[in-house]
Amino acid sequence: MNFFAEAIRWIFDPAHYGSYDGVDVRTLQHVLISLAVVAAAAVIAIPLGYLVGHTGRGRGVAVAFSGGIRALPTLGLLILIALGIGIGLEAPFIALVVLAIPSILAGAYSGFEAIDRHTIDAARAVGMTEWQVVGRVEIPLGLPLLIGGLRLAALQVIATATLADYVGGGGLGLYLFRGLKTNDYPQMLAGSIIVIALAIGSEIVFGILQRLVVPAGVVAGQSPQLRVKSSGFRATTG
Amino acid sequence: MTWVLGNLQLIGQLVLAHLATALPAIVLSFLLSIPVGWVANRFHWSRGFVLTVCALLYAIPSLPLFLVLPLFIGTSIRDSINVTISLTIYGLALMARSTADGLESVDADVTQSATAMGFSGWSRFWRVDLPLAGPVLLAGLRVVSVSTISLTTVGAVLGIGSLGSLFTDGFQRNIPEEILTGIVLTIAIAILIDLALVALGRVLMPWTRVKHASASVDRDLSRLAMA
Repeated sequence: MNFFAEAIRWIFDPAHYGSYDGVDVRTLQHVLISLAVVAAAAVIAIPLGYLVGHTGRGRGVAVAFSGGIRALPTLGLLILIALGIGIGLEAPFIALVVLAIPSILAGAYSGFEAIDRHTIDAARAVGMTEWQVVGRVEIPLGLPLLIGGLRLAALQVIATATLADYVGGGGLGLYLFRGLKTNDYPQMLAGSIIVIALAIGSEIVFGILQRLVVPAGVVAGQSPQLRVKSSGFRATTG
Repeated sequence: MTWVLGNLQLIGQLVLAHLATALPAIVLSFLLSIPVGWVANRFHWSRGFVLTVCALLYAIPSLPLFLVLPLFIGTSIRDSINVTISLTIYGLALMARSTADGLESVDADVTQSATAMGFSGWSRFWRVDLPLAGPVLLAGLRVVSVSTISLTTVGAVLGIGSLGSLFTDGFQRNIPEEILTGIVLTIAIAILIDLALVALGRVLMPWTRVKHASASVDRDLSRLAMA
């Protein structure tokens, strides 16, 4: 655990602040890259997911697409793009957007699908137009699962943005790769710890958000969760 | 194709290294998920606790974990065992949820009937509960196997041999064909193992078709952290 203490000292060493390679600059870079990637992926994936979820069409394609992308190794994609368009931020940005799309897409359409069909029929029965059904029923009720998808995407992007600096894209990967080259374990560990902290921070923020976006009407109507399954008889079976 | 044909031996070695790193992680996460899923499903309090721990483990980024893990288990940074153990942790984090959900989905009437017929708790678990939870387990395992095969490539940036080595080597020597080979082979292995799992499921669970189960995993993933 000596390395661990050294890594913490490394993170708070004033010498590692202020320059382009400084902890402050790199952490900010890492956060901004991740935010931009998730935002770009959301702009593409949310409308598509809503379309699939609302119409029920193209579901098979969306599921197959999400599954297929999961098999695509992001590192390979990132490097291949980097060889094509040159090193820098563009290649990791594109590769990370591709990585983030399936989770958000799945969150968007499954959020719509999880809604009780009776609720949507009722919305139509009281005279809502199709747009009102989407905007005032499906979107609010699907929000918790959508945020769940965004949360997963953010987690994957923060973790994988570490690879961006492999092709000169900036971010916290610098410390991992530089430390590896010079056998500087505290530096590698310092970079790792900051990335892990960012990931946990993102989880906490999205976790809170996920609870906040549950519509008030849903919370009020919720019965306390009961387990349908009895567990009493198990005692007699040993 | 010229690059591929001239380097068949290297490619073969890397495919083997890739499988040797990824397959144990997939198998281990499945096996470990059975007791963990059982515990999660057994008591009222344990479900939330176990699933929250899993969500936290899943939140640790992979590349940093490859680097931090040697500190705890005393291996060298370039040892492929770090990747196997890290990927087992991720696989278990995803799989435990599927197993818990699968066991929960078993109809209470069925388990009670089994008990009434004289099954002991132990044999009922293995011969009634687990087979009936099978389709949900299979759906989870398919997601775990695909993401494990894909994540194994990341170890290459640390010099741990796998198909990812074709990415780093192709980047340094500027051979796009080499990188493309790595991507295609990684996806091919993921698809082959997925097909093998589906076939295995058909053989072991002839009473069911697993058509709908895999789709619900996407929703489960979004819900992963809501526990």
